[in-house]
Amino acid sequence: MSSPAQQSAGKPVAFVSAQALRARMHDAVNDPHLRQSFRGAMDFLMAKRAAQFPDQGELDSLRSLSESIRQYSLSKLPDLLEQLEANLTRNGVQVHWAETPEEANAIMLGIAQRHAARLIVKGKSMVSEEIEFNHAMEAAGVGALESDMGEYIVQLAGEKPSHIIMPAIHQTKQQIAKLFAEHIPGVDYTDNVDALIQIGRRVLREKFEVADIGLSGVNFAVAETGTLCLVENEGNGRMCTTVPKVHIAITGIEKVVEKLEHVAPLFSILTRSATGQAVSTYFNMISGPRRGEDKDGPEEVHLVLLDNGRSQAYADEQLRKTLQCIRCGACMNHCPVYTRIGGHAYGTTYPGPIGKIISPHMMGLEQTHLLPTASSLCGACGEVCPVKIPIPELLIRLRGEANSAPHANPAMVGQGAAYDPKISLLWKLWARLYARPATYRAFTWLATRFRALTPTQQSGWTAARTPLKPASRRLRDMVKDRR
Amino acid sequence: MSARERILAKLRKAQPELPQHLPSLDAHYAPRVRGESRQERLARFRTGIEGFHADVHISTAGNWPQVLATLCAEKNIQTLMYGAATPAAAQLEATAFGGTTLRPWAGQFEDLKADLFHRVDAGFTLARGAIAETGSLILWPSGDEPRTLSLIPPIHFVLLDAATVHPTFYDALVNENWAAGLPTNALLISGPSKTADIQQTLAYGAHGPKELIVIVINVEGGTV
Ligand code: SF4
Repeated sequence: MSSPAQQSAGKPVAFVSAQALRARMHDAVNDPHLRQSFRGAMDFLMAKRAAQFPDQGELDSLRSLSESIRQYSLSKLPDLLEQLEANLTRNGVQVHWAETPEEANAIMLGIAQRHAARLIVKGKSMVSEEIEFNHAMEAAGVGALESDMGEYIVQLAGEKPSHIIMPAIHQTKQQIAKLFAEHIPGVDYTDNVDALIQIGRRVLREKFEVADIGLSGVNFAVAETGTLCLVENEGNGRMCTTVPKVHIAITGIEKVVEKLEHVAPLFSILTRSATGQAVSTYFNMISGPRRGEDKDGPEEVHLVLLDNGRSQAYADEQLRKTLQCIRCGACMNHCPVYTRIGGHAYGTTYPGPIGKIISPHMMGLEQTHLLPTASSLCGACGEVCPVKIPIPELLIRLRGEANSAPHANPAMVGQGAAYDPKISLLWKLWARLYARPATYRAFTWLATRFRALTPTQQSGWTAARTPLKPASRRLRDMVKDRR
Repeated sequence: MSARERILAKLRKAQPELPQHLPSLDAHYAPRVRGESRQERLARFRTGIEGFHADVHISTAGNWPQVLATLCAEKNIQTLMYGAATPAAAQLEATAFGGTTLRPWAGQFEDLKADLFHRVDAGFTLARGAIAETGSLILWPSGDEPRTLSLIPPIHFVLLDAATVHPTFYDALVNENWAAGLPTNALLISGPSKTADIQQTLAYGAHGPKELIVIVINVEGGTV
């Protein structure tokens, strides 16, 4: 078969900039099919999660524990990264560091070229999406094939994942049936889900057998033992990390924990929060390449540690909480905005609430300053987050960073991107008025007397609403009359 | 400066002076300990893993090879591959397997790769233990029982000793002090491979085994 790698070669599936966010959201909200499929899927996932936590006390205790483990790990992050590196190296794993997506791709391309690799099979990895790994490999003539069923579907369709856990959640089985019939030689149209999965299994097993390199993400990296943990259901993660001669794992620098025992509660709360499963089918703990008496497994294992803006979030005590994330996706499942617009409208690798708080660090606020405003601040994301990231608070903080005067915070790339001197001046005036009782009284007296002069065009407000007009009498006057 | 040094320098600059307190895991787990008997633990494991579509057969130390032979015949298994050097292997080899060829793992993966993908119908491995809370098997593959035995063949048979069922994952890795020395690959397995990536519809037999069959040695002989 012609692999999707060939079909999309040279054609980046890069996202449009967030400037177009409003138009994309408008289109998404007006697509009833999309809204229906996301509504259904999110209701399903919310119910499944709820069923996993019948005991509120246990949930509270587990969330607090998970939060404290993540905060503890972050408080020792540089030490733990060095410890992880030392123990992985001792175990025979080669550790690489990359500040940018370009560096990460260059490292991995170098490994591929050293092995004259033609095909890389991939387990699910959002970090590889973040760095546009597939495109970078294809541009250099190396095939990169997704093997997670959802990712495989999305790659066949030339799309990006619309959910971090269920990448093809926006596709119906009929669309997938058509996709398979069109792209996989010898396959007739069938929308039987079991049959479709068996087709995917057959095609991808052929690839596992011949691939030169397997790529995977990492859910937790354990510093004290030098162990990479992977959570999955399909077995493709095990295939990618076991069958090819070389395994490359890629992860953000924040995924490290100190002790092996720390993964037990995090793993439990991850699967329950993500898909409402008590446990995933596989929990795969990898501590090195084939060695000693081993008869199988890769001969080389590499780990690529990627920064890509994470150290910027780390530098600020409040924003550092963003890095507690274990990528469960619960915040998007419970987000009323995500449910209405789906994952693609955001235009970023990570959609939904987590995307709004992490993307500004990866891409800068110039491109992403609208994201934190795409929220009603209802608080659902913060309530379900298994590691208690105060997402609404961080959204407000990022709105402030985007709208404050340029150079107010040079540590944040793109800070001040949404700064508007007129709006800023208005707020300043308002603050002055409001802060002093005498000026406030004078202002309201004038406002009620001259209410007829209120402008009828009130910027964004009158786009969909009738103009605001001060009342004819002030509250204080009405109260006075009553006495 | 290398990328490594630059990243570490940025983090060091922002690192809090004192680390947070080491979280107490026991404070969460200790009050939730269940005073279960072994049979109750086994029952809970069984309910859990059956919920994930695995089959469980309760047997004894002497009779399990017979149970396996019967299952192989029922499932029409031509070739069953297993690790040659385990104590269980000797028991297997002493059992009449009818139409099923018993094939011990011999050599390196590369020598067996094509057979594993195309000609071996089932793999047989031991479990190191299990977890009652989630219905999970613990496997520590080794040179004797390589990792692909539980991955590539379409059916995976596992032999589990009921005495090794732990209440939780946390209990297993703390009580056995896993941190002191992990194998190249350690695994938790909870059912045959599956996916819900097409319209949230659950389908079994994604990329790993399509069937997971657990045979439990239950020395007390109690039924579960
Ligand atoms: S922010 Fe919290 S809820 Fe959202 S993906 Fe991360 S851990 Fe899950």
